[in-house]
Amino acid sequence: MKIIRPRSNVFISLLAVFIAVVTILPIVFVFIISFSSEESIVKRGYSFIPEEFSLEAYKYLMSSMDIIGKSFLLSIFIMIVGTTLSLWLISTMAFVISRRDFRLQKLYMLLIIIPMFFSGGLVASYVVNTQLLNLKNNVLALILPGACSSWYILVMRTYFKNQIPEELLDAARTDGATTFRLFMQIVLPLSKPIMVTVGIFEAFAYWNSWYYAMLYISQNHSELYPLQYVLYSIQKSVEFVSHNDRISGTVVRHTPTESFRMAIVVIITIPVLIAYPLLQKYLEKGIMAGGLKG
Amino acid sequence: MDKRKRSQRKGKNSGLLLLSLPTLIWYLVFCYLPMFGIVIAFKRYKPVPGKGFIYSLFQKSPCVGFDNFKFLFLNPQMLLTVRNTLAYNLTFLVIDTVLPVALAILLSYLYSKKLSMAVQTAAMLPHFLSWVVVSYFLYTFLSTDRGLFNNILINTGNDPVRWYQNPGVWPVILIITHTWKAYGYALVMYMAYITAIDQELYDSAIVDGADVFQMINHITLPMLRPIILVLLILNLGNILNTDFGLFYQATRNSGSILSSTQTIDVYIYKALMENANYGYSAAASLIQNTVGCFLLIVANYAAKKINPEEGIL
Repeated sequence: MKIIRPRSNVFISLLAVFIAVVTILPIVFVFIISFSSEESIVKRGYSFIPEEFSLEAYKYLMSSMDIIGKSFLLSIFIMIVGTTLSLWLISTMAFVISRRDFRLQKLYMLLIIIPMFFSGGLVASYVVNTQLLNLKNNVLALILPGACSSWYILVMRTYFKNQIPEELLDAARTDGATTFRLFMQIVLPLSKPIMVTVGIFEAFAYWNSWYYAMLYISQNHSELYPLQYVLYSIQKSVEFVSHNDRISGTVVRHTPTESFRMAIVVIITIPVLIAYPLLQKYLEKGIMAGGLKG
Repeated sequence: MDKRKRSQRKGKNSGLLLLSLPTLIWYLVFCYLPMFGIVIAFKRYKPVPGKGFIYSLFQKSPCVGFDNFKFLFLNPQMLLTVRNTLAYNLTFLVIDTVLPVALAILLSYLYSKKLSMAVQTAAMLPHFLSWVVVSYFLYTFLSTDRGLFNNILINTGNDPVRWYQNPGVWPVILIITHTWKAYGYALVMYMAYITAIDQELYDSAIVDGADVFQMINHITLPMLRPIILVLLILNLGNILNTDFGLFYQATRNSGSILSSTQTIDVYIYKALMENANYGYSAAASLIQNTVGCFLLIVANYAAKKINPEEGIL
């Protein structure tokens, strides 16, 4: 659309660059703080130009690896198991309701759409999850409640309807393939793009999740804290980490408190920063396919 | 032959049923079972030591009719909470539409597609960061002792501000934070819709001598209208729902700024987890859900009335 004057283009370009820079500035800021020495933070506060750079925070991070490392692994575990489960729950249901000859199709659609607009509320969910399912202080509480999404089911259903040729399924059926085989050997291989897209969104959601840990994991079960919740817990003090530290007595005094917190922010953010640009084209596809999800 | 076909169809249906079973169970357990929990909103919950919740609820908790709702409506704090919720959501409704649409139109005029892509990448990044992480970002700016804002204030000879104790500034902070996190996603979406508009429309407009603003007014905006409308309807259905992470986490749950940061979702959470007021919390949830559903249906009906092609249901 080259219908604007070059001068306007320069103006829009500058504005665009400005917006992009302002948007990522907070991330850059946290990076800089995490590499600042504790003295310079104490003296000058958080600053874009610290007096002295230092790796203290990361050294301390390495020394508390028994806790941080475990949480990191737990977060990865939750992300992998959760994403796999999500994809299974979403894709099977999406396939089932994409079949026009399925007799319960209308009922299923209703069943999936109603929860998008009406829910029992926090109290009821909390009671069901803690009293009935015994999910309190159970790692499943961090995986199961958020595992399925009506929205993604509908998105995937549209994909199945448009992208998987009916004749192919019919042919396979005539050859005697069971529904399960049909799904595993024809539908799944043909729906790689949408699976990758939904999978990435779910993986990010699990990686960033802290709410379920806040609801269902109590303080005396800190071994079940995912990394995001560790970060939440050290908001007020780094005690959570130093408390559990075997050599706490000697280390705590030199804890680079301020930069240490930011270093954890950095190690939570880095996987996102690495994965995000690589996966961007899938994310955009997802936004297009979804269109609506805000 | 007919028989074979029928049995084949039957087999297919039971196969599909089996395939959908895990998801079906998930929906029943995590969505439909809790819906019965609405009863809690009409009870005064009394825990019985040593007994489960269900026993306590149905054996020992008296039915109080609409007392929980009455309490909510008579509670002055609740009025403030509802006001906050509505004020923030209406503000977000406007900003989340106007800003990304305007930016998307601007970016679509860039000569360099590479620059446009780079900006979109940067803009969407905050969407993929958690609220815990974002609350730290905010802290680096707002911390009383070390924050950037107070550093600047002190260096320019002003008094530092205790941001986390000052309710007056939070509407602005929350609106900026929300916008920062949300605009990129919408921007990328609107960009995609603009790119999909048939180029020939613009070409013939140029032939007819239309200028940029006429084209935006008569081509771009009308083409974006359906998606904007769908988003508006969906957001109306969520008019009493707020992003818990923004209002609880980004504010560090600071008590002294509650008057400008407490929304219904924060109330629901605190009533349950901090005060164990099961009844109030459930009643607030029920109101939130009912009003949302009602508004969604009304908005959808209105949209269809205006134009039968539009609406979401």
